[in-house]
Amino acid sequence: MTASPGAPLSAAAPSGGALVARPKGVGGGRRASPLQRSGRIAILVVVIGYLGLPLFAMLEFSTRGNYGSRSLDSYAAMLNNQDLIDGVTTSLQIAVLTVVGMLLLLVPTMVWTVVRVPRMRRVVEFLCLLPLAIPAIVLVVGIGPIYRWMGQHLGAVGASPLTLAFIDIVLCLPFAYRAIDSSLRSIDSATLADASRSLGAGWPRTIFQVILPNIRAGVLSASVLAIALVLGEYTISSLLSFNTLQVAIYLLGGRDPFISVAVSLSALVFAFILLIVIARVGGGGRRDQREVEEPAT
Amino acid sequence: MTEPTVGAPGQPTAQTAGLASGGAGSRRFRGARNYLALIPFHLYLAVFLILPTLIVAIGALTTKDGRPTLDNVSVLFTDPTIVDAFVYSIQLSIATAIAGAVLGGLLAWAVARGKPNGLLRQFVIAASGVLAQFGGVMLAFAFLAAFGFNGLVTIFLRDTLHLDLLTDATWIYGFAGLTIVYTYFQIPLMLIVFLPSLDGLRQEWYDASASLGGSSGSFWRHVGGPILAPSFLGALLLLFTNAFSAYATAAALISQGSPLATLQIAASLQSEVVVGRENVGKALALGMIVIVSVVMVIYALIQRRASRWVR
Repeated sequence: MTASPGAPLSAAAPSGGALVARPKGVGGGRRASPLQRSGRIAILVVVIGYLGLPLFAMLEFSTRGNYGSRSLDSYAAMLNNQDLIDGVTTSLQIAVLTVVGMLLLLVPTMVWTVVRVPRMRRVVEFLCLLPLAIPAIVLVVGIGPIYRWMGQHLGAVGASPLTLAFIDIVLCLPFAYRAIDSSLRSIDSATLADASRSLGAGWPRTIFQVILPNIRAGVLSASVLAIALVLGEYTISSLLSFNTLQVAIYLLGGRDPFISVAVSLSALVFAFILLIVIARVGGGGRRDQREVEEPAT
Repeated sequence: MTEPTVGAPGQPTAQTAGLASGGAGSRRFRGARNYLALIPFHLYLAVFLILPTLIVAIGALTTKDGRPTLDNVSVLFTDPTIVDAFVYSIQLSIATAIAGAVLGGLLAWAVARGKPNGLLRQFVIAASGVLAQFGGVMLAFAFLAAFGFNGLVTIFLRDTLHLDLLTDATWIYGFAGLTIVYTYFQIPLMLIVFLPSLDGLRQEWYDASASLGGSSGSFWRHVGGPILAPSFLGALLLLFTNAFSAYATAAALISQGSPLATLQIAASLQSEVVVGRENVGKALALGMIVIVSVVMVIYALIQRRASRWVR
């Protein structure tokens, strides 16, 4: 009864799994009694109300003008705030580095494990899921000395906030692993690799031109998770004293709460739209692939 | 799925054909080379995951000069502020794990009963992804905008309903306030984790139960409940570690004192210069690793059992 590798800690890739996998569609099939239907509506109203209230409060708070009027001044001001612009720029650069680094590190390794050394699959999986057992705040404690060393010995590069990408890659491994793994599981990578190699392609070409296009749903969803993680990351950047988006939002909160709430709401909406778009793009293409992916749940 | 074993006798695969120049003698060499390709990955994790963990573990058990000591770790059990912080963190994590699991579980059920590709489902999943993983500092501000001194709800209660219920906005920093804030990001995580399990409940099982005369209640009692129990329990543990490791929201919300374990660690990082307390932060961090690891191991065991039915 050994679970398929990846089943333990499967929840590790929350959005990755839920975004890519679709239900079999039995949920709506059962006929609902009136009691169930009203219960369902009551739950939706209460829980979504709970989740929606603070968001609505943010909207109300950030659009307050003078003497009870409504104004968008906070939103205009946020576009002129240099600290904020710096933070966003830094975070976006880190996000790009993290996505590229994560894919370069993970995709070849995972493909290689599946195709050539299957017995290492569990080891790679374990290592990828390990960050779940090490809270970010704990990682900061251990990585602080390493960053101090980098700052002192590697010059401007070592002291740059962009080095945060190194840790962000580690932090997004569990989610990225699960997202890519569920895609990789849905194709017969070994046969694809054999076919590609027998036609004369080298390994880089096999991985990036043959296998990668076939796992693009997982890669896409892993990339989005990584972007969201970097843009939302506060713990490590604040304790290592780097000015990222979240640190800027936090510092702004002390000076001008209206602008910081405006920024927070904008960032949340931005992330929401990103996830919706990715769910559409990632899930839109290959019907057959989606169905094979489901057992991963 | 059977993976082709590379270089196994009697299996002249395309790979061996393509690399045949080396002949049979290099098989072992190629086997080793297969592992060499994994070195960058392992090296990277060694530097940015294993090394930091070792720094924490070794630092927690040594003095500043590197002599072994148990003084740092003993602080975990003797310093009342730190003991309180851990107890408070654990209490908060348990309370919000239960609240989040129940509310999130109900939400997941309500969503699972809807259209498989419906708007509601897509909306709730995307919103949950954002709120569960992206929140942090921004959620703290959301709650201050709602319940802070000048928050929407506070003003509404005070000026419109003339209730003095929440006028003193400091309640948000207390246990009740933190529970409400933490539950806020636990619910979406529960939905994301639990929805796939609910989707895994098969129509056939329900039909079988119904054709044997079972009611909806007896289906949940005898079939659905027992099947979902391991997933639910696993999700509960995951939510516990989620709340236990959370730092950003609390840090942004609480400006005075460090009532939580994560806040204590952050505070210790800033006071590392104090003589004799250099490595206390590492001991706290080690304490967190131990607690989270124990919970995660139990989680993995439960998950293994849960995955028996959901496939």
